Amino acid sequence: MTEAVLRPHAEHQFADELALLAERDDRPRPPGWRLSPWAVTVYLLGGTLPDGTVVTPKYVGPRRLIEVAVATLATDRALLLLGVPGTAKTWVSEHLAAAVSGDSTLLVQGTAGTAEDTIRYGWNYARLLAEGPSEQALVPSPVMRAMRSGAVARIEELTRMPSDVQDSLITILSEKALPVPELGTEVQARKGFTVIATANDRDRGVNDLSSALRRRFNTIVLPLPATTEEEVDIVARRVAQIGTSLELPETVAGIEEIRRVVTVFRELRSGRTADGRTRLKSPTGTLSTAEAISVITSGRVLATHFGDGVLRPADVAGGIVGAVVQDPVSDRVVWQEYLETVVRERPEWSDFYRACREVL
Amino acid sequence: MAAPAHERVRIFGIRHHGPGSARSLVRALEDLRPDVVLVEGPPEADAIVGLAADPGMVPPVALLAHVVDGGEGRSAAFWPFAEFSPEWQAIRHALRAGVPVRFCDLPAAHHLAEAPDHDSVAEPDTGPAPEPDAEPDDRPNDRPDDGPDDGPDNGPDAAAAVRLDPLARLAEAAGYDDAERWWDDVVEHRGGGPAPFDAVAEAMAALRDHAPAPPADHVRREKRREAYMRRTVRRALKDGFERIAVVCGAWHVPAIAAALGPARSPGAPTAAGDDRTLRGLPAVRVALTWVPWSYGRLAARSGYGAGVTSPGWYHHLFAAPDRPIERWFTAVAAVLRVEDLPVSSAHVIEAVRLADALAALRGRPLAGLAEVTDATLAVLCEGADLPLELIQHRMVVGERLGAVPDGTPMVPLQRDLRDEQRRLRFHPSATAKELDLDLRRPVDLDRSRLLHRLRLLGVPWGEPGGSGRGKGTFRETWTLAWRPEFDVRLVESGAWGLTVRDAASARARALAAEAGGLTELTALAEQCLPADLGDALPAVMAALADRAAADTDVAHLMGALPALVRTLRYGDVRGTSAEPLRTVVDGLVVRVCVGLPAEVIGLDDDAARALLGRVDDVHGALSLLGDAEHTARWHGTLTTLIDRPGLHGLIEGRLTRLLLDAGLLDDAGGSPGGDDGRADVPADGDDGADRPAGGDDGRVGDSAGGSRPDRFAGGIGDRMARAVSAGTSPAHAAAWIEGFLSGGGLILVHDDRLLRLVDAWIAALPPESFAAVLPLLRRTFGTFEAPERRAIGERVARIGTASGRGSAAGESLDLERAAPAVRTVIGILGGPHGDSGRPRARSGSGDRSEPVRRGDSRRDDERERT
Repeated sequence: MTEAVLRPHAEHQFADELALLAERDDRPRPPGWRLSPWAVTVYLLGGTLPDGTVVTPKYVGPRRLIEVAVATLATDRALLLLGVPGTAKTWVSEHLAAAVSGDSTLLVQGTAGTAEDTIRYGWNYARLLAEGPSEQALVPSPVMRAMRSGAVARIEELTRMPSDVQDSLITILSEKALPVPELGTEVQARKGFTVIATANDRDRGVNDLSSALRRRFNTIVLPLPATTEEEVDIVARRVAQIGTSLELPETVAGIEEIRRVVTVFRELRSGRTADGRTRLKSPTGTLSTAEAISVITSGRVLATHFGDGVLRPADVAGGIVGAVVQDPVSDRVVWQEYLETVVRERPEWSDFYRACREVL
Repeated sequence: MAAPAHERVRIFGIRHHGPGSARSLVRALEDLRPDVVLVEGPPEADAIVGLAADPGMVPPVALLAHVVDGGEGRSAAFWPFAEFSPEWQAIRHALRAGVPVRFCDLPAAHHLAEAPDHDSVAEPDTGPAPEPDAEPDDRPNDRPDDGPDDGPDNGPDAAAAVRLDPLARLAEAAGYDDAERWWDDVVEHRGGGPAPFDAVAEAMAALRDHAPAPPADHVRREKRREAYMRRTVRRALKDGFERIAVVCGAWHVPAIAAALGPARSPGAPTAAGDDRTLRGLPAVRVALTWVPWSYGRLAARSGYGAGVTSPGWYHHLFAAPDRPIERWFTAVAAVLRVEDLPVSSAHVIEAVRLADALAALRGRPLAGLAEVTDATLAVLCEGADLPLELIQHRMVVGERLGAVPDGTPMVPLQRDLRDEQRRLRFHPSATAKELDLDLRRPVDLDRSRLLHRLRLLGVPWGEPGGSGRGKGTFRETWTLAWRPEFDVRLVESGAWGLTVRDAASARARALAAEAGGLTELTALAEQCLPADLGDALPAVMAALADRAAADTDVAHLMGALPALVRTLRYGDVRGTSAEPLRTVVDGLVVRVCVGLPAEVIGLDDDAARALLGRVDDVHGALSLLGDAEHTARWHGTLTTLIDRPGLHGLIEGRLTRLLLDAGLLDDAGGSPGGDDGRADVPADGDDGADRPAGGDDGRVGDSAGGSRPDRFAGGIGDRMARAVSAGTSPAHAAAWIEGFLSGGGLILVHDDRLLRLVDAWIAALPPESFAAVLPLLRRTFGTFEAPERRAIGERVARIGTASGRGSAAGESLDLERAAPAVRTVIGILGGPHGDSGRPRARSGSGDRSEPVRRGDSRRDDERERT
């Protein structure tokens, strides 16, 4: 079944690694966990098992963040992942859920229209009318299912939900129980149940968490990659993975092109050049790592289908301009300034400069 | 001889500033009950070690060794001790038990004599340069056994640091990537169990055999130190002590033990060999004393790797009787609560759980600082960095400042400062705090002087607060924080004088002699006055006068003037004599007046605006000064400038206004440029002539309101018309208006003719010019107060309806009723001796305020009309 889907779930894509880890893992596992906390950390950060098996890193970044996340889940606390868009919040949450409970699909997507039903439970109204309230008429939410099975429930974009819906989590997180007053019963969470929520702390139009809810989460702020090398590594790794799932033929590595895109993004994001000599204006877009990945991926598609299969400056130029220039007036000025003052001065970037000039 | 040497000597290899080492050491010493304790440190300090028992001695403190009369290489070295330093505990134990303490490291005399190889020795004259002169200071502590604070990310000499760090290799062998953490786990975080000293000694012996060779100069230094340590041990043996405890860095243990072995191995160091090593070492004369130290300074955070990263945490580990993690989080929560961050007990519980879980996940025996910090961030700070910073600062590093007792030897300057502090009840603390001084109280005045003098000496104990001037000249706000390096600075400044006052004076004179620019000197002068350094002032002023004469940049001169005038004018609040300053100000005024004409030509907008500010400042300063001669000279300069061709509109407008306000713009009427240089003379005459001497007459208001404005308007009217006439570009005209009207629109309310001119000019603008000028006008009018704008609008509205003159004649004044008010105002403004122009203008405005308020037109009608 995984053959046909566009994007397999983490637990399917990395089923081999998970199975191997589970097999080799001799450390104590918390109740309800598929792996020991130590093995979960290895799964996320990558590493080599004692018998020489190599586990690919899923998250490239500070080790302590992942350790704190795993320790949080191990103490049955809820975990809140904060960060600007494109810092792999969802990615981390999916892989954590896959590693801890082998199931990353118990997912609630938070939007402004999310209702309490999606967090607690809904009803099958036909049955409800026909039979009255009964266990069969109840439609459990992903959270309720996670409670029943002792798994990790994921909530995406928690802060986009209306505040009252957010607060319906409070009882679930503190009492680890979900009352169903219509049936006079309740669902008590089994061991292993916990919640991983992600939230974006820079967006507008979000509903801040109430302090009652907030204190039931341990918070981890996922940072943007610290160094150019780290970011290049992340981008290259992800681009290769996406390329595999899109069944793109191998393009020539293009690591130089990746480094260039990452450098451009980092410089514009931080508002100064890599050598720290020149101040730059920052565009309105976030220019996160995720956007760098998509620029490179689309560049690869261009190179494969319309070019000679080698990732060339012209292939990424269009994507970069599109990512940087979000606001047609102010961002265009930012980009042109950058092009003329920074890109042009770098002799080894002359082909890139020409390509960007053509696009603009 | 009762027992062989190796049975009489116990060597305790410790880690400097290691709380676990300290704890074990205390226990071990209690068991051993030594009759002499040898501690790693400069032996010159033997004489003052007894002070450590004084109740007034509160760690963190440091032994300070400084060169006496050292001439050029004036350097110093420190041996800091915290409560949790094993050495400190050893000293305290010995003093409690009444047994002698001896220091066994290489004498500071030799150590400091070697100092020249530190290239960054600070010269005493450069003042505030804390980092460079700190660098060599802590060198003695920068020992390989100090702990691996130099992480491998420290740049070029990282490789050397790794080689010099034996613990890193041990940690590596134990599978740790961080040596600090490894040492913490195996030694510092141990609660009980057998003392680790033997195991540490063995490990060090193995390491010393296998470690790669460090650089040659390092080896040489280490050899000498260890030779000296052995020599001290031998002497203690010879003195007949039976239970000798040696407390030194773990690294040195094998080297000392080698001299004591029961059967001398052939390679073992001999007394004769050590004597050879130590013979002929260079030496300087040094003095030692105790100085207060702080945790901030102890921490590697403040710049170099000699210390520990987390003194506050170590202190906690050492001081907490049990459950260190729980106690730590409770303390963190308390700190956060003080800052109004809501932290509940539930938070603390979860933080403890998370820290424990993390420790388990990372395979550590007990949660360490890393786990505790991660848990603090994730739970107590809810992911926010800012509160974590606070915790790092307040708790992990800590703000503890030590104290030394009165009997401590001090340089005279330090003692003087201490006496002053006592006299003024003014005690140093490491935590920054605000202090408001009321200079009218003698004690506050003295405090202020002391702080200013210390600043001159490069001891910024107090930083002056920003809001000083707004609160009046008798108030000062300071932010006080004492840092331990200030003591060093004081020691270094000892050469300048024996008291704070003398030293500051001497230093100010020296600074004046070598100051580079005028601004530096004015700043220095401004520092000298509040510091009440009358002796230094003449020298500073002489330098200032010289420099002012040589400085060709009028902008500098203009920039310097207001500050000087301010100090001159308000100097008497502090009781400072400022006569010398007056001479300088006199010279400056003349130079500014001479130089200004050359400055005003050919300016672009930005330069004009900058100059405008300076002109205003100087003008204000001269009004403040109230010196008739200077004022006349200044006005004369302005009068000659005003008709220069090519003047920027902004400047021209502003000059016109300044002269108008000063009442000096007489009949420039029909003859442009005809009044050069003479304006001041008739103006003075005017002032004498119709000074409102008979203020009780009741006719004053009339004559003032009637005759003078007309005459002004005559001159000004023509200028105005010319400035805004069709021949000038709209931009220039608008700039003129802006300059002219900046600082208040009242003149438009009161000078009807002027208003008419502006009105007529705007009305006559062709549409495209109007569009160009409108933003500039808006900018100008936007700066006016709302009631002013309303009043102007109303005036403009009446221009159309009322025929003829609108000004004084338009309103019938009840002079009977106005007279008392006018009299009072004149009295307030200085009576008959006041500046004649100003009282009259004010009284005029008083008269007319009533009709102004009567209107209810809200808008600035002017734009509507056009």
